[in-house]
Amino acid sequence: MASNLIVWIELVDGQADPIAWQAMAAAGKVAGDLGGSLTAVVFGDGVGETTRQAIEAGADRVYTADDPSLGRYRVEPYAKLLARILEHEPPSVVLMGASTAGLELSAYVAALAGAGLAPDCTDLHVEDGRLAAVRPALVGNLVSTVTFRGTGHRCVTVRRNIFQPADPDPSRTGEIIEVPAVLSGDEIPTRVTSVETADGTVSLTEASIIVSGGRGVGGPEGFQPVRELADALGGALGASRAAVDAGWIPYAHQVGQTGKTVQPDLYIACGISGAIQHLAGMKNARVIVAINKDADVPLYKYAHYGIAGDLFSYLPAIAEEVRKRLGR
Amino acid sequence: MNIIALVKQTPDTAQLSASMDGLKLSAEGGPRIVNPWDEYTLETAIQAREEHGGKVTALCLGPPEAAEALKTALAMGVDEAVLVSDPAMADGDSLTSARILVAAIRKIGAFDLIVGGRAAIDGNTAATAVQVAALLGVPLVSYVAELRNLDPSDRTLSAVRLLEKARETVTSRLPALITVVKEINEPRYPSLIGIRKAARANIPIWGCKDLSLDAAAVGAGASGVEWRTELPPVREAHIEMIDGGPEDAARTLVDRLMEEKVI
Repeated sequence: MASNLIVWIELVDGQADPIAWQAMAAAGKVAGDLGGSLTAVVFGDGVGETTRQAIEAGADRVYTADDPSLGRYRVEPYAKLLARILEHEPPSVVLMGASTAGLELSAYVAALAGAGLAPDCTDLHVEDGRLAAVRPALVGNLVSTVTFRGTGHRCVTVRRNIFQPADPDPSRTGEIIEVPAVLSGDEIPTRVTSVETADGTVSLTEASIIVSGGRGVGGPEGFQPVRELADALGGALGASRAAVDAGWIPYAHQVGQTGKTVQPDLYIACGISGAIQHLAGMKNARVIVAINKDADVPLYKYAHYGIAGDLFSYLPAIAEEVRKRLGR
Repeated sequence: MNIIALVKQTPDTAQLSASMDGLKLSAEGGPRIVNPWDEYTLETAIQAREEHGGKVTALCLGPPEAAEALKTALAMGVDEAVLVSDPAMADGDSLTSARILVAAIRKIGAFDLIVGGRAAIDGNTAATAVQVAALLGVPLVSYVAELRNLDPSDRTLSAVRLLEKARETVTSRLPALITVVKEINEPRYPSLIGIRKAARANIPIWGCKDLSLDAAAVGAGASGVEWRTELPPVREAHIEMIDGGPEDAARTLVDRLMEEKVI
């Protein structure tokens, strides 16, 4: 039986988050084998441009809900609206990015729709006509292949920076279906009173380059050369749990088991030995560089390049070389 | 305030080693701990009780040995603990777990606040607490990094949520369910008196019958997903150590990174 794909296009400050197009790419990867159409769902306050982009990215149909109460993502109004749409759709695969919002929304919708859920997947394929979703478990020490039981909707989120979106095709056309919000402003139980965005810094989970510091940086000021290299590379600043727990850098920078899971092209670990909890968050980076004064740390087992030396001498030299070579 | 803390027992990933891989660690009888995220759950719940009075009930779904996690919770300072355990519940997905927890929460009775962790480190679905909120129909405030104002008389809370690209301050009605991230607090260690008290505690175990749940409606058979689990592919160790002083090593490293097309 053919199965349609329905992709939620996440908006952040009115613009589609890149993870939404990655989710579209994931849907595109299995749409052929599942034999169904591709539908996008766009909720927000002013969604015209994103709707157009969703069609160019491969959507045959787009459900849109344009309402001030949907201006900023909140789980209750979004989940109830998406669940309402799903009531009128044949059993479908509901895909979204595994962002903080996507993980939450897909779980909530799965509960409302009684759907199976495969969160934070790193690969999707079709086995005997059925969707199979691959996801890491036990902080990267197990891999699960999830298949769905029953005949209802199936909810899937895909990890950031895995699926590559194709180039948009401006010649594509699609059907647009406008739907009203299901909760009025007063019926939404939460209210956002302020939002503080980290302006000018690269988001850790989105970064293609991350430079991280650990116990070996020795103190808050030890992050200076780490930050300098991250800036030279246009990357984000990460940290190990040891550095966060020591109070040298805020928790938002923590990579690992109780922090963020990242999958950049390049991960430079400075003064990080590579505890299993840290590896959990970064070992799938495409290229890993370990810089450590010790000649034998666990991270070297996962790293592609290693420099056994004092990071306070090597990091400024690398930053300088990067600036010279990249002309920055 | 009546507070319910959702706690899970998970494998102790600190015990992973060359001779203890993920499958062995997860197998029955392997080393277990309180899910690391739930240490923050427990601390949040206990602090709320310390400030506003009332009672914290720690609620755990798991095999009989998960009672150990609840003993840790009691030793940290929760007032009561309930283990939900039944062979029929084994290997269920997040939604069957959420349905069971909802039944247990209804049996516990009226609540003002439910606290859960961002995720459990074993399944890492980050879904169960979210689905509990959805099924209960109570407001959900996830990824809480700071609980600014919990007001039982006004029936509201205000919290700072740590999102990927922003910190968002929200207000919500009570009762509500919040999930917490590490930034929210520093979990206390169990006290000696607490450990002694916990050792003597008689933790009730609720099964399907106690919760009026049909055994066919829980566990693997009622789940929307099934899964097979393997070890991840082994990565070849192939590190290239770059020698030389800072300038030479920097040049070589940048050469390599440009060849790899990552910069």
